[in-house]
Amino acid sequence: MQPFVYQAPTSVGEAVALLVDPAHRARPFAGGTDLLVQMRRGLFMPGMLVDVKRIPELNRLTCDSGAGLTLGAAVSCAWLCDHPSVQRAYPGLIDAASRIGGAAIQRRATLGGNLCNAAPSGDSIPAMIVLGATATIAGPQGTRSVPIADFCTAPGKTVLGPGELLISIHFPVPAPHSGARYLRFIPRGEMDIAVAGAGAWLALSDDGSTITAARVALSAVAPTPLFVEAAGAALVGKTPTAEAFAEAAAIAQEAARPISDVRGTAAQRRHLVGVLTRRVLYGALQRAQGETIHD
Amino acid sequence: MNDSTKYNVVGTRLPRYDGADKVTGAAIYGVDVRLPGMAYGFVLRSPHAHARLLSMDVSRAEALPGVYAVVTAADLPPETEDTWRQYARDNTLASDKVLYVGHPVAAVAARTPALAEEAARLIAVEYEVLPAVTDVLEALRDDAPILHDDMRTQSLAGRGDKPSNVASHFRQLKGDPARGFAEADVIVEREFHTATVHQGYIESHAATAVWGDDGVLTIYTTTQGSFSVRDHVVGLLRLPMSNVRIVPMEVGGAFGGKNSSYVDVVAALLARKARHPVKVTMSRADVFLASGPSSGAVFRVKMGAKRDGHITALQAELFYAAGAYPGSPVGSGAGVMCGPYVIPNGQVDGYDVVTNGPRVGSYRAPGGTPANFAIETLIDELAEKLGLDPIEFRLRNHVREGDTQINGETHGSIGGIEVLEAARACAHYNAPLTGSHRGRGVAHAYWGNWGGRSSCILNVNGDGTVSLLTSSVDLSGTRTTIAMQAAEALELPPEWIKPNVGDTDSTGYADVSAGSRTTYATGIAAIKAAESVIAQMRARAAALWDVPVESVTYAHGVFAAGDELRFTFAALARQVTEAGGAITGVANVDVPEWGAGFSTQIADVEVDPETGKVTLLRYTVVQDVGKAVHPAMVEGQMQGGAVQGIGWALYEGYAYNDKGQMLNANFLDYKMPTALDVPGIETVIVEVPYPPHPFGVRGVGEPPIVPPPAAIANAIYRAVGVRPDHLPMTPAHLLEKLGVIGD
Amino acid sequence: MTKTLVSATVNGEPVEFLCEPQQSLLECLRDILGLTGTKEGCNDGNCGACSVLLDGQLVNSCLVLGVEIAGRAVTTVEGLADWHGLHPIQQAFLDEDGFQCGFCTPGMIIATKALLDRQPDPTEEQIRTWLSGNLCRCTGYDKIVRAVQAASRQLNAASREVEA
Repeated sequence: MQPFVYQAPTSVGEAVALLVDPAHRARPFAGGTDLLVQMRRGLFMPGMLVDVKRIPELNRLTCDSGAGLTLGAAVSCAWLCDHPSVQRAYPGLIDAASRIGGAAIQRRATLGGNLCNAAPSGDSIPAMIVLGATATIAGPQGTRSVPIADFCTAPGKTVLGPGELLISIHFPVPAPHSGARYLRFIPRGEMDIAVAGAGAWLALSDDGSTITAARVALSAVAPTPLFVEAAGAALVGKTPTAEAFAEAAAIAQEAARPISDVRGTAAQRRHLVGVLTRRVLYGALQRAQGETIHD
Repeated sequence: MNDSTKYNVVGTRLPRYDGADKVTGAAIYGVDVRLPGMAYGFVLRSPHAHARLLSMDVSRAEALPGVYAVVTAADLPPETEDTWRQYARDNTLASDKVLYVGHPVAAVAARTPALAEEAARLIAVEYEVLPAVTDVLEALRDDAPILHDDMRTQSLAGRGDKPSNVASHFRQLKGDPARGFAEADVIVEREFHTATVHQGYIESHAATAVWGDDGVLTIYTTTQGSFSVRDHVVGLLRLPMSNVRIVPMEVGGAFGGKNSSYVDVVAALLARKARHPVKVTMSRADVFLASGPSSGAVFRVKMGAKRDGHITALQAELFYAAGAYPGSPVGSGAGVMCGPYVIPNGQVDGYDVVTNGPRVGSYRAPGGTPANFAIETLIDELAEKLGLDPIEFRLRNHVREGDTQINGETHGSIGGIEVLEAARACAHYNAPLTGSHRGRGVAHAYWGNWGGRSSCILNVNGDGTVSLLTSSVDLSGTRTTIAMQAAEALELPPEWIKPNVGDTDSTGYADVSAGSRTTYATGIAAIKAAESVIAQMRARAAALWDVPVESVTYAHGVFAAGDELRFTFAALARQVTEAGGAITGVANVDVPEWGAGFSTQIADVEVDPETGKVTLLRYTVVQDVGKAVHPAMVEGQMQGGAVQGIGWALYEGYAYNDKGQMLNANFLDYKMPTALDVPGIETVIVEVPYPPHPFGVRGVGEPPIVPPPAAIANAIYRAVGVRPDHLPMTPAHLLEKLGVIGD
Repeated sequence: MTKTLVSATVNGEPVEFLCEPQQSLLECLRDILGLTGTKEGCNDGNCGACSVLLDGQLVNSCLVLGVEIAGRAVTTVEGLADWHGLHPIQQAFLDEDGFQCGFCTPGMIIATKALLDRQPDPTEEQIRTWLSGNLCRCTGYDKIVRAVQAASRQLNAASREVEA
């Protein structure tokens, strides 16, 4: 690995000041589970790593029924997944966050990092998109908010400008009679990058007969995690049936732009989008109906 | 001595002698070696799969402060006589061509690892990039890029007349295959493709070399055979054997992959030039790219049988990719394919084909697993077509002692039938399997095992304890199994024996710890050394007592003559150590025969027909081990071999792009099974004693890796009705077979 | 590159060492502190051979920077046994033949400690899931799982004794 300077600021302002100076060629550093590997492979050669784990705003998790979930960008997956309120209110997020690496990786990896790494296969991103999450970004010009659905712009690229730092991710309070689910397909039981992944969220009418809102998002089948608005829109006003889910899945398949690589073929991925979309819609429905599902 | 009730030590589950060091982190492996003043080596490797080396300029690397030495092939003595040594030299440091991505071209020694790497990047290498070929069938085509301009196919007909990537072709013929197929009521025929896989040991290769001012080279290394490293180093550096000392360290997994030497000579060259001890370690990517994985292979196999359930004929072509230099295990693949069954008429053609990949090495039962996948899929298909239980069909055709195989070898004492019968009787085979998309598959395998050269020294200490020194590197607990056999033969408690692995200066010559030979052959050496100790001590007792040596008996740790004269082992040890000279028992053996192993395995799977994902529900390994010296370690070998075979079946395989670059040289995308991917592997130990070994021991390590792909493929067929013909049997492959997606 | 002075606690002992920012905790443990029990298998977080506890949490030391551990506590495999003898987890791996070559064993034992510290009585499924980040190529995992189960029984029996 190329030499670099290590800094561990304790405030957002300090961190932004370090990041904004082009002479530093600085990158934020949280869990390091992607960044250090990429640096060893020579993909990035930053002049400075700005360790954000000592900044209070990034190391905070608040989850309450009034304000929703605010997840600091440096909070580890294990911290999130072990949190009882999050487990109760956002099981669809746990589906994804608990799949990022094994036990040791879980203790370092962060959803903030998963988002900023902007891999097409980032597991947590479709889950965050379907939950309607937004990112809070601090920068030299102050603070701004960006929907997660708009955060990733290309493989490894995000909306973050020079000197900008992801502070936290906010998830709204779950709507009544709503549920979310994320599934991915991997050859092994754990430790793999998704061949394809799908997240779904839906809300039901009070009597449970009609879908009132729905969102579908995909991973590893396009240059960025893909929000398929049309798939969700097609479900609104429908009865939650296998036929309705199949129709949404077909829309998702149509929207996917998969490639063939070492992890899977384009045909396999497009096929999996259909299978996984149906399965996550069904899982989201079960949760919306108050059922508890585990893997 | 084959009555198991007679054993006191053999057959027990002792704590391993090296166990405490392994669980506390105290054990020192090759990668852990640190010497005072040590410098670090870095090997510059080819980014191209096939290229001519036009020029190399190392001056900028040499000029970097903190760099002690830069070496290239020019630092190696020239080699013109011996083609195989030329291959070994070129594989150490390329001279005129690079033949695979990762092929070493130069190496640097520097004060720190980072400096060595930085300096290596300053070496300017000019390549003329050539087209590359990694697929074995493509390498056969007339328009394929030729790796070695001077290579001509060797076959029974002689030497070919034009350059070829086929290094050799053999044909084995028995009976009249055409007549055999004419007699058959059922004929099945398929083509199989299997990917290159890696042994996947977790410890990479590492060597630390230091030269004495007396010209003696010492190398601390991770290897399966200290003497084979010495032979390699001596051959390439042209040194007297006595001036090279190889110290084998603890080995963090090998499975055949550490039979060959990759960085020892480079470390030695760097250390000589640097005048520092130099350590060279391979990264995980280096290990994938440039050590010795298995062959990828293609099989075209046709088999016929009569309605009465007897095989009439086999015709098979085996194409094995050797990587950059010849030497694939196609011959042993053919042996595995034809070994278990009586095949009256057969023709087997084997091709050893060079390709632009790392030179293949040995991987646990080399060449056997893919060949077994091919044959056992067809055996299963024949059994199905004949309406026979798959185990019954195998039993009807099974070889017995004295049967001659297609390759001309004759089976000795074997326990294959006993293994199949134990499989048929075991709980797993008789348990119901219900649920949709579930299936149970069986496969049966033969592996020849090995004997070879081993050495053991027993030093009797003054208190009666015995220090055991062997040259057989301990890969997985053989110190313990060798010491147990010595204890049994000496009739002493095992805690009185202290086993150690020595270096090449302190022990007798031995072959690599490979071929499932160590507990078997080095065990024989230990028994013979123990017999020598007892004979010497009887003679000494006879002298002390002034009685004829024939009258001195030894039993249960006591020497005796008549009713009065008695010495415990310890008392006599004290006597002889205090006066008259100590006792050392030495045995150097070259064991000419060895007991073949058979393993039958049973797999229950569930297939998700929508995703192609295969889940293993239950898995059982049945195996003839002759005599289980340490049953827990035997179970561990059976379980570990099976899980490696499961990885081969479902997950593992080198993926190349059209430039010959490996796309998955890491543990993320080269997918070895994790604890979550396998159920607890059940074991059934069958003991059919092998007579030439005093306790009946057979090799254990290799047979269990052979049948898993076929067992799983046959289970998949039962679950979803398609027969996979590619390894690994990926979800995409199954979806294609199921017609869910196009291929 | 200038070196940074890091003060931390390793296996209960205060340590101070100089390291460069790009050196991983794994390199610092092995090359600077001489604690070679922690192994490198892949250097990219996919094998678990370098598992250590950082403030009691399981991490891959190849993915932690040495400079990050300032003021924190690291436990490696060398920190488990004491003068009484082996830690019950180590004893269980020995008794159950939960290793062959022994190279993944330090990481397995550390990962097991992290598991049993948070979940004293795990199911086999939980054990297999937790250990899925630790590759073993020798054993096929069965005897490792048995060793973890034996360690769990042993530790639970010992803690019941303390309570009683």
